[in-house]
Order: sequence, then structure tokens, then C-alpha cells
Amino acid sequence: MPTINMLQAINQALDIAMAEDERVLCFGEDVGGFGGVFRATSHLQEKYGKARCFNTPLVEQGIIGFANGLAAQGSVPVAEIQFADYIYPAFDQIVNETAKYRYRSGDLFNVGGLTIRTPYGGGISGGHYHSQSPEAYFAHTPGLKIVVPRNPYEAKGLLLASIRDPDPVLFFEPKRLYRAAVGEVPEEDYQLPLSEAEVTKEGSDITVLGWGAQMEVIDKAVEMAEKDGVSCEVIDLRTILPWDEDTVAESVLKTGRLVITHEAPRTGGFAGEISATIQERCFLYLESPIQRVTGLDTPFPLTLEKEYLPDHLKIYEAIRAAMNY
Amino acid sequence: MTTTAQIHEPDFLAGDEFFIPTYSVLTQDGTLFPGATAPDLGKEKALRIYHTMVKTRVLDERMMAAQRQGRLSFYMQCTGEEAAVIGSAAALDDADMIMAQYREQGALMYRGFSIDEFMNQLFGNELDYGKGRQMPVHYGSRKLHYMTISSPLATQIPQATGYAYGQKLAGNGNCTITYFGEGAASEGDFHAALNMAAVHEVPVIFFCRNNGYAISTPSVEQFAADGVAPRAFGYRMHVIRVDGNDVLAVYHATERARQLVVEHNKPVLIEAMTYRLAAHSSSDDPSGYRSRKEEDAWREKDPLRRMQAWLEHQGWWDEEEEKALQDSLRREVLETMKRAEKRPPPALDTLVTEVYAEVTPALQHQLDALKNHIRHYPEAYPRGARFLDTTLQEKDADNEQGGA
Ligand SMILES: Cc1ncc(C[n+]2csc(CCOP(=O)(O)OP(=O)(O)O)c2C)c(N)n1
Repeated sequence: MPTINMLQAINQALDIAMAEDERVLCFGEDVGGFGGVFRATSHLQEKYGKARCFNTPLVEQGIIGFANGLAAQGSVPVAEIQFADYIYPAFDQIVNETAKYRYRSGDLFNVGGLTIRTPYGGGISGGHYHSQSPEAYFAHTPGLKIVVPRNPYEAKGLLLASIRDPDPVLFFEPKRLYRAAVGEVPEEDYQLPLSEAEVTKEGSDITVLGWGAQMEVIDKAVEMAEKDGVSCEVIDLRTILPWDEDTVAESVLKTGRLVITHEAPRTGGFAGEISATIQERCFLYLESPIQRVTGLDTPFPLTLEKEYLPDHLKIYEAIRAAMNY
Repeated sequence: MTTTAQIHEPDFLAGDEFFIPTYSVLTQDGTLFPGATAPDLGKEKALRIYHTMVKTRVLDERMMAAQRQGRLSFYMQCTGEEAAVIGSAAALDDADMIMAQYREQGALMYRGFSIDEFMNQLFGNELDYGKGRQMPVHYGSRKLHYMTISSPLATQIPQATGYAYGQKLAGNGNCTITYFGEGAASEGDFHAALNMAAVHEVPVIFFCRNNGYAISTPSVEQFAADGVAPRAFGYRMHVIRVDGNDVLAVYHATERARQLVVEHNKPVLIEAMTYRLAAHSSSDDPSGYRSRKEEDAWREKDPLRRMQAWLEHQGWWDEEEEKALQDSLRREVLETMKRAEKRPPPALDTLVTEVYAEVTPALQHQLDALKNHIRHYPEAYPRGARFLDTTLQEKDADNEQGGA
């Protein structure tokens, strides 16, 4: 199997989807001839023409409004928002329109074909406006699906599944891993299931849960904890909405302990939702309080980014705290 | 007030029938176009403008080189657009508000932001007014009436309308200018801003730097129209298009615009036609989307050379002065950079200050927990750890006294 990075995996997924189905279109700021500022859409315009892969004017609400209309008409748009930090001008189109098309019309109309791709997350010295993780804002919106891959293999399989899913999907790409994460990826078409978490490592003492770029960090923390003799079960949630409660609950029923991590601020972060659900379902089995390792309740900083971000040491300490409670 | 004229045939007005001329004064060899008159600038102001243009160019070149050497995480140049930015800023009152996009360091420089102040922000050190929270080039100065830059594009444009409305109510005779690119002018915020300004008769100047590209997107893929200027008609606003590489035209147009906004509360749109000679940012490589030939053709229209030629014709400047200025600026920039680089980062506590006017109990708790954690693993967080370790702080103090 060829070894490629996450951007190449995303590019392959888009290429396959466009080759297979003429209704698939890719567009957004700088997406056309240049192939996107991260080059995720490289060569697609060359291959499929300017009508199916193009630059849009610089207007996010326009991009998503346009995509909503296109999808309602039966096309399969894959719209790119250049950075997740700049998705907010399109917030109204996403939460009031994309998410509610099917529901409000009794399925007379829907925008199920729509996929919105956007790079998210920190660790790239991007400061305040190139580092945010906005998944929780959208997780409060029924009707959307929210997917986050952790490596190139997952990115390709989950993106193909998202494009072909009958519901609109927000696909958050961990930009820190775009080039840093490399791995074996089959050249052919394959899909990974949405709304299914994956147990990436089995263990018996504690469950450690995350998504996207945090998975790499979790693995490092778990390695440290295992040296102390703690057996960790690791879960990649993969889909934030609708999320796979059963896999997480089953794991916690077994281990009795849970650590959840994400880069976004703690208050209102998605870890809060998971922890509420798990304590409802597993209360009598819990050996210690559910731990959250998150960003601070502040905007994202630049110079002190390392201090701000949840890293392997913070997760390791949370595992220890849960074990020694 | 809509027009009352009626027609009784479906006679469409076509968008491409509108054409806006370009105001220009100065030829590339520094002489005036026939029929053009130079604005009444005076030697002192002309030299202040030119010095600022050269200083901006020198800063940009040195900082781009520093970024390439890995000393700086990111940088954005103003190269090619100095006349548009500095010429317009010079036509304002120093107390007028500037709300810029990010490529307008020249305007801030004109107001007197020092090289030290630029460097402190670029290196995000303890003296950065923004406390190392934003990427390089996100400057701001309350003293110089320059709103701190925010990365999300076009958000400053409706804010400028609001700010200027406040100035009108305050009756202080000042106005606001807001800068943006032709790309940012596609955002909804731009349209909202112009409409509100026209409806509420707000003393605001909308200054579009039409530099041909928004990252890789050429302006022909940004809009089908003849630039950004014709949009003013839709809002019933005054508008002028100027040659953005012609500092005299830009200055004169902005001076007149200021009169319109301050004396008559008529908002104005200025579209300066120019070219982004450099890459979009230090993360961009323009060879992937435009030709060397195209860039070279614009290099021939360099706004600095054009102004220098004019100054020489006036007898206000010569080669020797040029060389001396360049040399001294280069030295100043390099020395200041070395100093700023060595300064420590903002204090660890700045992670949680200024989120609210007061640090909340929850934030204080989070900071305390973080400090505990860093005490446990000081090597993993060298920047934060120095604030918990007095010996490191003493070392900083020694370095300071040792002199940079
Ligand atoms: C809302 C928003 N969307 C996207 C971006 C990413 N971005 C930064 S600069 C830029 C291009 C801006 O072009 P233009 O306004 O023409 O100004 P120029 O860079 O040419 O000076 C883009 C797309 C952003 N900062 N904010």
C-alpha cells in the first residue's frame, strides 16, 4: 500500500468522488487552478474542468448559501471553507438552512448531498484566528453530521462516506496533521462508517477518548501510563454528531473510568455532553469522576500556545488523577 | 428617492455599460500628466510620505528575510502598495480613525509607530500591546488611532461605519477610514457597511486596495464588474477610482474625500488600482498562479521610484540622500530586530487576563491548575516555566542589562 499524507488522502477521495459521479463539485476560496491554500484540491480543475472545480468570490455565507441551493437541486457540492475560524460568516446558512432543509420541508427538499470541508485546530503557531476548534457550536444543531478524521487512512474513507451520505456533513480536517500525518492508504475506493466510534486500543483500567489531532497526543499519554502499569482503552469518536454513545458507554462499563480531551475551550465543549451522557448511562460503574482535558476558557493564544493546548502530559496527569482518585 | 422617469418598453440597463475612469496625476518618470495639477503638499509632508514609503519597504524586505531565516513565524508585505496606503493616510488628520485589513503597515508607520513597536508585535514579546495573542502583522495602537487588526476579513468595514457614526455624534470633526482588499469587498460585511453609511450619512471613507489578487484568486474570478467602484452607485454614494501607484493622485483624492465626509457627511468609496508585487504572505508562493512577466510589468510601475523621480524634479531629493536613508533604515531595522527577538514572552498570567475586564474565578482556577502542571514539567513548557522560576527571571534581567 502506498504511504501518503493526509492532504494527499483527501485529494484522492475528492478525485474518486468526482470521477465516479458527475454531480460532485468542489469549490471555495483559492480552490480552483491553485488547488487550495493547503493544496487539497490540486489538479482537480485540470481533470474535471472549471465548471466542476472553481474559485469562488471571497464570501463564506455566499459559498455555503450557493452550496445549499446546489444541493437542493440535486448536485453533490463539496464546499471548502479555508479555515474553520472563517466559517462563522456562514453560520446562519449552516445552522438555519443546511441543518433544517429536510426537517422544515417534510423532506420536499433536502441538502443531503452537501459536504463542507474545513481545516481546524491549533499547534501550527496560527494564533487566535488560525487555530480554533468550533465543533461544539455545530454539535448543538440537529440535522448536521460532524466528522473528524485522525490520519490519512481515516480521512480518505470518512470523506468518501461523507460525500455519499444522505445528510449534510461538516468535515473538520486537523490541519496540524495535513503533512505531518503519513500512513498507508489504499489507492482504491473505500468508505468508513459515519457515527461509529473506533476502539483503537483495548484496555481494562480506563477509557481515553478524543478525536482528530488529539488522537496522536492521546497515544503518547497512554504509552506513558502503560509504563506505570495502567491498562488504557483508547477510543476515537470519529463522528461528533450524531455520536456513538454505545461504544463509549460499553467501554466505560468495562473500565469504570473516562478521560475526554479536546482542543476547544472547556465550557460548552463537546466533552461536557459526552460526560453528561456517560454518567447517566454508567453512574454505578464509575470508579472516579470523568476527567476533561481541554483548552482554557479563553480565546486561542499564540506565544503561549504550548501552555494552552491539551498535550500528552496533561492527559497523562488526568489518567493518573482518575486512577488515584 | 427613486427616479420618476418611466419607460414603456423593457429596456434593460446593462451592468457593463458603466465605466469608471481612473484619476492619475503623476507619470512614471515623475512628471505631471498634461492638464493634471499636483496637490498642495509642501516639501515637509512630501518628504515625510516618501520616508515612510522607503521605511515600509525596508521593513518589509528585512522581515521577509528574517522569516525565511526562521526568526519570525509569519510576515505580510505591502510591497507595491505603499503609495496607495501611505498617500491616503497622509491626507487624513492624525486623529482620524484607521481601521485596516492587515497590509497597511505603511499607514501605521506614517502615524509614527516605531520600529521597536513593530518588532515587539512581530515577535510577540512581553512588550507587544496585543500580548502575543495574534499572529505577526496584527498591529494596533490606541494612541495613534489605529484599531488592532483582526484576521477575519471585512469585519472592520461595518465597524468603521459604526465608529464614524459615533464620531459624527461626538461632533469632533474627525472621520474614519477603513482599508480592505478587492477580495474582502466580496464579503457581506462590505455591502452592509456601505449601505448603512449611505443611509445614516456617516463620515467614513471606504478605501479599497484593488491589488489584483486575493491570495491566488485573480480579480476576474472575484467579480464580473469593472472593479469595486461601481457598487457605490447602488448605495447612492460618492466614488472615485485612482491610480494606486500614484501617490499624488491618491493623496489628492483622499484629501477631497475627507472634505466630503467630514463637512458634508457623505461617505466615499475610493478604489485604488494597484498590484500586490510580493507574495500574499510568507506562506504563499505566487509562482503557482501568476507569471513572472506579469509581475515584472508591474515592477516597472513601482510607486517608490515614481515618487522619488517627482521629488528629484522638485529639487527636494537626490541619490545621495536616498542612499543615506536606505542605509540608516536598514541598520535601524536590524538592530531593533535583535533587541526584540531577545525579549521574553508575555507573562504566563496573560493567558487568562483580558478575556473579561476581570479574571473570573473559573479562569483563575484554570490558571492555577496550569501553573501546578507546569511546575511538574518545567522543561516541557519553557516559556511558561520562566514565570514560575525566579532564577530564569533573573537571567532575563541580566541579559537586559548586558545590553542587546
Ligand atoms: C472571513 C475570512 N475568510 C478567509 C480568510 C483567509 N484569507 C486571508 S487573506 C485572504 C485574501 C484577501 O484578499 P484581499 O482582500 O484582496 O486582500 P489582499 O491580500 O490582496 O491585500 C483570505 C482568503 C480570512 N482571513 N477571513
